[in-house]
Amino acid sequence: MNLTTEAPLISKKTPLLPATHSVRLTVNGSERELQLAPWTSLLDALREYMHLTGTKKGCDHGQCGACTVLVDGKRINSCLTLAIMQEGKSITTIEGIVQSEGGATSERSDLHPMQQAFIEHDAFQCGYCTPGQICSAIGMMHEGHAKTADDVRELMSGNICRCGAYPNIVTAIQSVMHPQPDTL
Amino acid sequence: MTQYVGKPLSRVDGYDKVTGKAKYAAEFDVPDLLYGYVVNSAITKGKIKRIDTQAALNLPGVVKVFTHENRPKIAWFDMKYKDQDAPPGSPFRPLRDANIVYNAQPIALVVADTFEMARYAASLVEIEYEEDKHETAVETNRHKARKPSVGLTTLFKPGPPKPRGNFEESFSASPVQMTGEYMHSMEHHNPMEMFASTVVYEKGRHKSGGRYTIYDKTQGVTNSILYVSQVFDIPFKDIRVISPYVGGAFGSGLRPQYQLFMAVMAARELKRSVRVTLTRQQMFSLGYRPANVQTVALGASADGKMTALYHGVVSETSQYEDYTEVIANWGAMLYPVENYKLDHKLVHLDVATPMDMRAPGGVTGVSVLECAVDELAFNAGIDPVEFRLMNYTERDQIADLPYSSKELRECFRQGAERFGWVKRKPEPRSMRRGGTLIGWGMATGIWDAFHMPARAEAVLMVNGKLRVSSATADIGTGTYTIMTQIAADTLGMPIEDVLFKLGDSDMPAAPIEGGSWTAATVGTAVKTVCDDLAKKLFKIARKMPNSPFAKATFTDVVFADKAIQLKNDTSVSVSLQAVVDANGGAAVRETSSALPNLFKQRKYARATHSAAFAEVEVDEDFGTVRVTRLVSAIAAGKILNPKTARSQIIGGMVWGISKALEEESVMDHQFGRIMNHNLAEYHVAVNADIQDLDVIFVEENDDIVNPLGVKGVGEIGLVAVPAAIANAVFHATGKRIRTLPITLDKLL
Repeated sequence: MNLTTEAPLISKKTPLLPATHSVRLTVNGSERELQLAPWTSLLDALREYMHLTGTKKGCDHGQCGACTVLVDGKRINSCLTLAIMQEGKSITTIEGIVQSEGGATSERSDLHPMQQAFIEHDAFQCGYCTPGQICSAIGMMHEGHAKTADDVRELMSGNICRCGAYPNIVTAIQSVMHPQPDTL
Repeated sequence: MTQYVGKPLSRVDGYDKVTGKAKYAAEFDVPDLLYGYVVNSAITKGKIKRIDTQAALNLPGVVKVFTHENRPKIAWFDMKYKDQDAPPGSPFRPLRDANIVYNAQPIALVVADTFEMARYAASLVEIEYEEDKHETAVETNRHKARKPSVGLTTLFKPGPPKPRGNFEESFSASPVQMTGEYMHSMEHHNPMEMFASTVVYEKGRHKSGGRYTIYDKTQGVTNSILYVSQVFDIPFKDIRVISPYVGGAFGSGLRPQYQLFMAVMAARELKRSVRVTLTRQQMFSLGYRPANVQTVALGASADGKMTALYHGVVSETSQYEDYTEVIANWGAMLYPVENYKLDHKLVHLDVATPMDMRAPGGVTGVSVLECAVDELAFNAGIDPVEFRLMNYTERDQIADLPYSSKELRECFRQGAERFGWVKRKPEPRSMRRGGTLIGWGMATGIWDAFHMPARAEAVLMVNGKLRVSSATADIGTGTYTIMTQIAADTLGMPIEDVLFKLGDSDMPAAPIEGGSWTAATVGTAVKTVCDDLAKKLFKIARKMPNSPFAKATFTDVVFADKAIQLKNDTSVSVSLQAVVDANGGAAVRETSSALPNLFKQRKYARATHSAAFAEVEVDEDFGTVRVTRLVSAIAAGKILNPKTARSQIIGGMVWGISKALEEESVMDHQFGRIMNHNLAEYHVAVNADIQDLDVIFVEENDDIVNPLGVKGVGEIGLVAVPAAIANAVFHATGKRIRTLPITLDKLL
């Protein structure tokens, strides 16, 4: 039996490709100009062209949330948008969380309260989903819909943690949502 | 001295992980890097008739397309491809020839100067196949099952023992019986980080060879360096494998994966640095937890004493390797059954070789066994906890040895109390909350407490700080943290002054990180090397001019507060900084090996135990199951860090929920292809699936397992959970679902 599996849409001739474009991105407060193929995702632009590898690739299909970044304060999957579509927006990655969110938890630390809470409550294990979880949690707080632990579970379900740190992630986020000075 | 060991310290690698500074295999910035993109087979079995790479090569920036037709010469003997976790057989070799032996097998590597171009070019590679008939279903091929071959890995994964007593006779004479056939789906590890290797190529010492620094996603840098050296005939001294952070692995990193082969091959041939990262879809072309069919028959006396046990397993493997795991043996290790018969056979299918996946075999076998025991207890009219206490044993029946420690009774007691088990109504369908059925179920868990040989180095540095290292891994398990704690306590230093490093093949060797043995294995090596360094430091201190220890021996001193102190007068002390200074200002270093004490261990069976208690809510109209409460009581020896250990157990419990209710790699046997090869359709537990999880560590003292008394917590959190949930579903609905995962269609 013979089976030819080439996709019918692909011509045997090499198609002509659109040229690379100059793309200006504002990431963590600073502007960068990159020369990119127009189909470069924001995620790949951050990781491969700007070496901001804190933003993680876990599926490249918007299914896992590991690539979550903040664009103008809103959480998005950076794998589901092209870099060229984000010109003129303010992009915040895990590397820029502290500056963008108005400073650190204490003088001794350069961490955002959410980062501090993730460490304190052991809200990660391997750490690969963690930058996405933290950006997503901050984005979720901006949205202002989460009131209860159940809300947090629901609204954080776009961020998969294969290590299964979910209960600690919920505790960490709640400790930032409802800070109790006595216990922290 | 335990200032740190046993305390809930936050992870020492926490800062790097929450700031994005922790670098994983695909994240090292290398100049002039080339990107490789893998092309995978679209058929399951047959041959590549024609492979046309011209359209891809015409693209600007495409450097080369490697196929079986143009691949460089590599090692010929099977032996060279055997890694440290290779089952008996002939390991898969990427690009070996035109043959296709499983679906999505890697068949080409496109190398280009950008990732975007490599990915696009890969879509232009044209392949024509000649397809053969394939077989991929365990169930319809079980009649072909045969005994697995035996090899090195069998040492840690013993096959079923010879039968004991007379199962047939005692079973048929048993007044209380149960029999059942169970099926589990194939599952994939799906760590969040995809497999990746970044190979940095530099000109070598000789004209011909290069030097390779390889950032690899692996559970053992030693395993990767051995593989690369053997397959590509590169001397050790020209290879360094580095893996400081691993974005989850769960067993998938126990063998070198094909991206490592591809990246090194391309780097060697092109004399360039190359990175190959797999896609999420390609993660389903790697090893997996094998699908299996299990048959269990249990018999008990009228008063609930278990008398007869049969556990037969048929699981899948590839056509080229005999992958086995311990599935059938656990019943004879957990229960004092005098008549047992255990069996494990393999069906060879046109699939990739399975791989160890968190609690390999353990969760597979126990998930069935503990449902069967629940059924037997129910048939005997005895409460499931009571039934297990009636059939308690202090001995492993297979090894015929007593357990070195076993606080399972205490797990039952504390777990039941925390859960409120006493309020359970025994009848199925007897508990409700509003319109939904409530079910309470429980199960026992067991996992081996291994201890392997390992080496470690400790250096008291010029600045008075301590650096300890071993070529082990931290896949999220907390290795960095617990090793730092052990080292700090052994040498009486503040934790801030101790740095533990891992994941580098230049470091002293440690075994692959698996089997829950790392805390015991590397922990003992770290303790040993710090003890040895202490002796060395004392020797130097003793020889210092006017040393206060001139007349003292090593047993007269303690290490505390960054100093060596006299035990009976701690005001007499020499600071560690002074010791380094006395060493001519040079760092003091020591390397030690730590071996398991076989003489002590051989008289005992060694295992961790657990009891899991689950509450489920079942909506009968929709067939949906929610795990609303889960309590796990764990007996795992000494707990080095309750914070990170609890996280390990919680993670295992999440895996248990995921396995019981969600995970399934769905194969379309007509195509031999996994149809849900992405994270939208391969369901793993998400945050909303996880409610109230409670972990209890039961006190357990054990000076036989290893000098630290630790047994490991990576696996045990998972083992009991799927059965506890399945038993809770029975209690809620009266239905015994014998096929995992328990999806809603099975309850309607």
